[in-house]
Amino acid sequence: MGLATREAYGEILKELGEKYENIVVLDADLSKSTKTAVFAKAFPQRFFNVGIAEQNLMGVGAGLAAGGKIPFVSTFAMFAAGRAFEQIRNSICYPKLNVKIAATHAGLTVGEDGASHQAIEDISLMRSIPNMTVIVPADAEETRKAITFAAEYDGPVYIRLGRMAVPDLFAADYTFEHGKAVQLADGKDVTIIATGIMVGAAKEAAKQLQDAGISARVVNIHTIKPIDKEAIIKAAADTGAIVTCEEHSIIGGLGSAVAEVLVENSPVPMERVGVCDTFGESGIPSALLKKYHLTAEDIAAAAKKVISRKK
Amino acid sequence: MAEKLTQEQVSQLEKYAQSIRYSIVQMVTEAQSGHPGGSLSAADILTTLYFAEMNVNPSDPQAVARDRFVLSKGHAAPVLYATLAEKGFFPKEELLTLRRIDSRLQGHPSMKNLPGIDMSTGSLGQGLSAAAGLALAARLDNSASRVYTVLGDGELEEGMVWEAAMFAAHYKLDNLTAFVDFNGLQIDGPISEVLSPLPIPEKWAAFNWHVIKIDGHDIQAIYDAIQTAKTIKGKPTMIVAQTIKGKGVCQMENIADWHGKAPSREQCELFLSQLNELETQ
Repeated sequence: MGLATREAYGEILKELGEKYENIVVLDADLSKSTKTAVFAKAFPQRFFNVGIAEQNLMGVGAGLAAGGKIPFVSTFAMFAAGRAFEQIRNSICYPKLNVKIAATHAGLTVGEDGASHQAIEDISLMRSIPNMTVIVPADAEETRKAITFAAEYDGPVYIRLGRMAVPDLFAADYTFEHGKAVQLADGKDVTIIATGIMVGAAKEAAKQLQDAGISARVVNIHTIKPIDKEAIIKAAADTGAIVTCEEHSIIGGLGSAVAEVLVENSPVPMERVGVCDTFGESGIPSALLKKYHLTAEDIAAAAKKVISRKK
Repeated sequence: MAEKLTQEQVSQLEKYAQSIRYSIVQMVTEAQSGHPGGSLSAADILTTLYFAEMNVNPSDPQAVARDRFVLSKGHAAPVLYATLAEKGFFPKEELLTLRRIDSRLQGHPSMKNLPGIDMSTGSLGQGLSAAAGLALAARLDNSASRVYTVLGDGELEEGMVWEAAMFAAHYKLDNLTAFVDFNGLQIDGPISEVLSPLPIPEKWAAFNWHVIKIDGHDIQAIYDAIQTAKTIKGKPTMIVAQTIKGKGVCQMENIADWHGKAPSREQCELFLSQLNELETQ
């Protein structure tokens, strides 16, 4: 097992702090969990704890960016995208200020804390705001590259990170291209498009399908916005069926973003694997993923279903 | 203690303030929408800041070392636009495009649209946080730049204001000076009846701010309070400025209804003639 994406975030943020003097980091009393504490230890003069006050977290971030700094602001996804939505919209995205929102503990795999802490709407909320870019890394290496991209990009970025350790998918020479999908396996019968922690499950599902004689393409979409339309249209043309997988509500997230591209360009049968318009609950991550149908088996079943719908 | 303004300087500043009030009434009338009451109440504060204190240069509006201003009560955009135009950031004629399609003068200040706007505001409660962030950035850069912001008294009902209040005091942002435009009225009526934020000075003192109470229409008092704030170390300063909503137009004064209503063209003529008389007095 590799690192949780939040762990990789903490490490790379410290490295970037050495490289870029203008990086400052803000946290809302969760620095040990979001891993910004690693940066805080290395650069105490450039770390500011705002206390349990997420609205002010975003507002101060906006002011620091307006003053020429590159602020990374962190808290749990629920309190960033949820509680401080309007501050992100009006104080950060409307003036297109250079604030990086690295939101951890996204999705059901927060686990035992339960539904109050399981953000399954954040991708939907964040991608609806003009000027925002939304990135969901799948593993530690992709996180390192995505955070580096964010530090060097001029404008607001929302990066969705997880609590749970995830398998390593990418080697150190992995190249992150903003807005570009990554094909992990080729196939001709169906394309599985996944984001975040579901990329690993998608790869596993492809193996299971192969055993059943089905050839599945696997595509990792790390940048939900701007989304790689070309890759989606090509997948529809080449394989004629799409399955999306995300640890997020099926409303408004990756599945919706892909569906928007498909219906406007090349409609093909599609199935969405995600949280089906319901709240989560307490439990260990693996139990939650199983109960809410976010496993490789669920993806494989969705692939078989979507193939059966092909004309 | 810094020098007092001379009587001549005060008279000149009062003229600017009257001209700014004149522009406010004109532009809101032309737009047939906007917020005249709370713009008129803050006119003396913005005049003193922009014409007697702040280091800003209309020909170099993005200068890194400039002082910053955040209009937290963003609905009072007309007073900010009128002040910036008076200062020479853009031609006064452009004031008449307020709130029109394709105008740089958005209904609420937008920093991407108009040079001279240091922060986009409009959703109440958010400006103080941004001002604190700007003050923190200036400190990190060892810059002498100071940050000013004006909040509404009704705006103090927003919880986020108090998050920012704690933050600015905790981090000892003594390069941050805030004003409350204490005109006592919000859209639905007197602040004491809608949802009282009173007592205001005591609250800020309890949040570890240095607090100064002044008459917000006394230019000398505003200037003195700003000078005092610059001497206060280790604390941000809150200047609680007692003001009159609609100040300068007697039909508008102290009437909550003029919070967000434009005068008719007939009313406008009457109001402008009043402001002209005041100016020639």
